[in-house]
Amino acid sequence: MKNFRLLKAKNRTCRKFRPNRFTTYRNGLAALMLWLVSVQAQAELMITISEGVESAIPVAVVPFKETGVVPGGDRLSDILRDDLTLSGEFNTLAPAKMLSLPSRGDDVFYRDWRLLGQRYLVVGEVTQQGDRLNARFEVFDVASQQRILGETAGAPVASARSLAHYISDKVYEAITGVPGAFSTRLAYVTLQSNNGQLLYKLQVSDVDGKRARVRLESPEPILSPAWSPDARKLAYVSFETGKPVVYIHELASGQRTAIADFPGLNSAPAWSADGRSLLLTLSKDGNAEIYKMDIASRSLTRLTNHWSIDTEGSWSADGRGFFFTSDRSGGPQIYHMENERAEPRRVTFGSRYNARPRPSDDGRYVYYVHQREGAFHIARTHLETGEETVLTRTQLDESPSVSPNGRMLIYATKQGGRSVLTVITSEGGSSYTLPASEGDVREPAWSPIVR
Amino acid sequence: MSLSMKTKAFAMALSLGLVAGCSSTGDTGETGDAYGSDVSAVDQQGGTVYGGAEDAGISAGGLTDAERDRARAAAEQAAEEAKRAITTFYFDFDTSEIKPAARDVLIAHAAFLAANPGQQVRLEGHADERGTKEYNLALGERRANAVQRFLIVNGANRGQIETVSYGEEKPAVMGTDDSSWAQNRRVELIFK
Repeated sequence: MKNFRLLKAKNRTCRKFRPNRFTTYRNGLAALMLWLVSVQAQAELMITISEGVESAIPVAVVPFKETGVVPGGDRLSDILRDDLTLSGEFNTLAPAKMLSLPSRGDDVFYRDWRLLGQRYLVVGEVTQQGDRLNARFEVFDVASQQRILGETAGAPVASARSLAHYISDKVYEAITGVPGAFSTRLAYVTLQSNNGQLLYKLQVSDVDGKRARVRLESPEPILSPAWSPDARKLAYVSFETGKPVVYIHELASGQRTAIADFPGLNSAPAWSADGRSLLLTLSKDGNAEIYKMDIASRSLTRLTNHWSIDTEGSWSADGRGFFFTSDRSGGPQIYHMENERAEPRRVTFGSRYNARPRPSDDGRYVYYVHQREGAFHIARTHLETGEETVLTRTQLDESPSVSPNGRMLIYATKQGGRSVLTVITSEGGSSYTLPASEGDVREPAWSPIVR
Repeated sequence: MSLSMKTKAFAMALSLGLVAGCSSTGDTGETGDAYGSDVSAVDQQGGTVYGGAEDAGISAGGLTDAERDRARAAAEQAAEEAKRAITTFYFDFDTSEIKPAARDVLIAHAAFLAANPGQQVRLEGHADERGTKEYNLALGERRANAVQRFLIVNGANRGQIETVSYGEEKPAVMGTDDSSWAQNRRVELIFK
């Protein structure tokens, strides 16, 4: 009997430091006995800001005025301030340095904020009514003395963090013109070792590592989580049966389907934009090749045909072609096929090891793992000019995943012998690190923006 | 279990050095060293360590012909079994080429599989932690497949062999250095 647990989602809030409460059900799914468990997970990732940002935009987020009994825990304006800092594009002012604490436009003295060198100012008010939190927030351009955003938003008290991330998205968009990605989620795999017993956990959390929830536990490896375009499902590779099998896992219900269980490799799932098909790497016909599987019918179309390793397929932004890794030139390099029948065209030439392409949604760049002088970094190539930029200074970097607004990049790297996640801007600036509270964390996947 | 196997392998290698030395050419050093060099080649790659390479061919006087024949047969069997005590095979970075030093041992495994059609073996392919997980998964499979082909060419039946790749997920040793990486780029034979 395989010893793994499937963790079922329920729409619940998480409070830190509460012990897990397990509710166990029995369920016979396929031939396997699955233990369905709903869990109140503790936050398993912590945040370390590892670099200061000099070019960042100075912005002051005034603590929101609170009316009524506002629940304890992190305040909305604190979460907002943290989100803006984490983006790497903002330098936020500590409330202790503020000369005044306005909560509405009428109370704003622009001179105060000019003196403090601030370019933008965010003020607001939060009110609790019954089990709902309502927030009113405004953004001001200090130089032009204009209000550039004024909105209200509400959410159940239990979803205070969601409300805060929503406000962050709006504030970010008002200032940069690009939708924020703070309401998105991260999927990743943690690995702990207890007396030599390994335990892999597939988890999903907010982008700041909070509200982490375990979705699958297994003593065997889990890798390559990939979000469906509606962010409701994950496809991933699990070795729980002793070999790699690709599963589709519906997060809300915990329902899983083994979608690819052929002899040999079943790996590297990547969703199409319409959510109807997956790119997969299968070796059932001899060696690693890329196939497209129609999920409803399970029918397969083989897209590559070469004696070399072809893997890590990822649809290009236009949805017609795809990028992949192939070692047909003697070592792994990034290739692109313009459509499903086109000749592969090599994209990377800068070094002898380039792998795991992830194109940006705007179609301008492809991000990948790049070896240079013995170290493995994350690099990107501008697809029109072919210009290659190395974005990271860490070594042994893996698994780049671009945020859906194209402004941030998360990847896995090693720090002090442990695997951690690091977030940088997609230009390579600034970073924060998300280590697991214990053990390793790897294989990050950034969810799409859910509307 | 594995300790006693190693002790056995060590004893067999010793006996091989002793008897092979006296029975063929009488030159104790040469044949003993020839085997020993194979072993030490595996050692350099971080493999199962045992001490057969030491000069064990000390004295060969006073054996009768019958004793020699018996000893030779025993030695040959012991040599084959000693070879088969090695079940891990190592690879260079981003290659799936079987190293020359591993060929004799793999041939011994293939012969054993050919002689025992009911015997099953699982080949687990692995890569070091450098590079990407999915590419390493494919690389581990290519390594396992290379060993599988070699075993089949040398007499094993395809139906006896199962392959699986773990990529970089199951390192033999933890560590971020050349020596650890060398020990992690491997195929393990697991007899069932």
